[in-house]
Amino acid sequence: MLELINISKTFNPGTVNEKLALDRLSLTIKDGEFVTVIGGNGAGKSTMLNAVAGVFFVDDGRIIIDGNDVTRLEEHRRAKYIGRVFQDPMMGTAASMGIEENLALANRRGQFRGLKWGITHKERQFYKEQLATLGLGLENRLTTKVGLLSGGQRQALTLLMASLKKPKLLLLDEHTAALDPKTAAKVLEATEEIVRRNNLTTLMITHNMRDAINHGDRLIMLYEGRIAVDVSGEEKKKLTVEKLLEMFTTASGSDEADDKLLLS
Amino acid sequence: MSLNPMNLLSQLPGAVAQGLIWGIMAMGVYITYRILDLADLTVDGSFCTGAAVCVMMILNGHSVWVAIICAFLAGMLTGLATGLLHTVFGISPILAGILTQLGLWSVNLAIMTRPNQSISTNNYKLLVALRFLDDVKKGLKPFYNHPIFVVGIFVIVIIAVLYWFFGTELGCSIRATGANINMARAQGINTNVNKIIGLMLSNGMVALSGSLMAQYQNFADINMGRGAIVIGLAAVIIGEVLFSKIFRNFALKLLSVVLGSIIYYIVMQTVLWLNIDANYLKLFSALVVAVCLGMPYLKAKYITPIQQRKRGKSNA
Ligand SMILES: Nc1ncnc2c1ncn2[C@@H]1O[C@H](COP(=O)(O)OP(=O)(O)O)[C@@H](O)[C@H]1O
Ligand SMILES: [Mg+2]
Repeated sequence: MLELINISKTFNPGTVNEKLALDRLSLTIKDGEFVTVIGGNGAGKSTMLNAVAGVFFVDDGRIIIDGNDVTRLEEHRRAKYIGRVFQDPMMGTAASMGIEENLALANRRGQFRGLKWGITHKERQFYKEQLATLGLGLENRLTTKVGLLSGGQRQALTLLMASLKKPKLLLLDEHTAALDPKTAAKVLEATEEIVRRNNLTTLMITHNMRDAINHGDRLIMLYEGRIAVDVSGEEKKKLTVEKLLEMFTTASGSDEADDKLLLS
Repeated sequence: MSLNPMNLLSQLPGAVAQGLIWGIMAMGVYITYRILDLADLTVDGSFCTGAAVCVMMILNGHSVWVAIICAFLAGMLTGLATGLLHTVFGISPILAGILTQLGLWSVNLAIMTRPNQSISTNNYKLLVALRFLDDVKKGLKPFYNHPIFVVGIFVIVIIAVLYWFFGTELGCSIRATGANINMARAQGINTNVNKIIGLMLSNGMVALSGSLMAQYQNFADINMGRGAIVIGLAAVIIGEVLFSKIFRNFALKLLSVVLGSIIYYIVMQTVLWLNIDANYLKLFSALVVAVCLGMPYLKAKYITPIQQRKRGKSNA
């Protein structure tokens, strides 16, 4: 479903701030696979997801989604394949627009937007049903401006928007990091539910090792722009935090794992 | 000189008519400034472009309607220029607008062939003119020729069209572009194209407003758009300050911009009536807009924390 072939990205090349954020990274993800991504601050996790989403073009390598080479495809064109939820709850929704308006925008992802009415009556019913699955009571507040919702509600809504038109690929970048622990747990639960129900191919970055171990079919750990650890199948099911740290130390040849990975 | 209230009152219809005409421009400013979140300075040039195109077309024997439509299209071209400078060449919107505005000065001069051109109501059939105010009052013309009535119809039709347009899929995606550009791109919206469409629509309206103003005052002048952006912003902000609590619907928000523009002109008329040197009008406008723009910031910084502290104490 997703193939990253030797992708590299350097920020601010030729300056003192030059930073090689992705270093010939390769990764292949199967259809329907749920992959969790961990790694220390600055390991290149967000850069990897942004490269897939097309926020910038990679310097080298190829990106293939569902058999289509998207390496040089602009962000808004790639969006037809991809659903995204960001770390910042403010980033995934338009605050000055209503809940139903945000959903209607998401429901037209990858489609031509012409002079037809922006929201139809039929859609509203569908949105109500979908919102009800979140269990937050948002189904009765269709016209409420999203800016009035809490961070958790906004993230849940963004999650729904990302999956409304079943994407080929769901990209989650620490989407629970900005929430309080209780809300974070709820949003994570909703994530698991939506991913499994729609059988979505998913990449989920998390700063929490336990979440990474408890969710998904496969776990990868990034270190200095490369994949340092890649665990799946039975091995992933039996994984523990201690085992993971040990694997990281072996793979990266350094013992800075403990401080760098910050056990939360 | 004495301050005769009757003088002020007699100026009122003129102020309202002018306010309505500028209100159309102000709605254009609203589209860029509020919906797209871009400060577009093209308007100072495109207002005059609209006036120039309209006057020259009428002088060359075209009907007033054709002239107005061409003015609108010319305005859209100016918006396209700014849009391309911004999206293709990556120039900041403010600078892109300033560049277009500067270039338009020459273009406008070329259209008019000299710094001003007049069209008298005697020789040409105009849609609106200052003189019609008196003509209607004296019964020489029917009420539907009154500038307030004619421009009022324009305003209503424009608000209706904008209300429809921003409710369509394309319109919604333009609103999303201004509201949250990251989210818009993530939803597959071509934000560059949307910015260009918004700038074209906005400047088309500004030029339309300019074409009506040229008819109203019976001439087009190379300097007539100078400071238009400030008047537009003033109208937007006055409208919001006075009506945002009661007008929540999009059509009503547009209406509040037009009302803001009318109020602005009544205030200006009053200032003139007070015998204040007309030279200071622009300084006065700039100050009013500066205060209005600065208010939300100062309020958030100084007043809201005090209120919160008070509330915190009373809760404790
Ligand atoms: N837009 C950018 N400009 C410059 N440097 C960046 C940019 N984005 C990320 N970086 C740098 O690239 C490295 C990887 O960043 P990132 O992918 O955000 O890490 P993380 O794994 O914490 O998500 C970091 O050193 C970061 O400072
Ligand atoms: Mg990150």
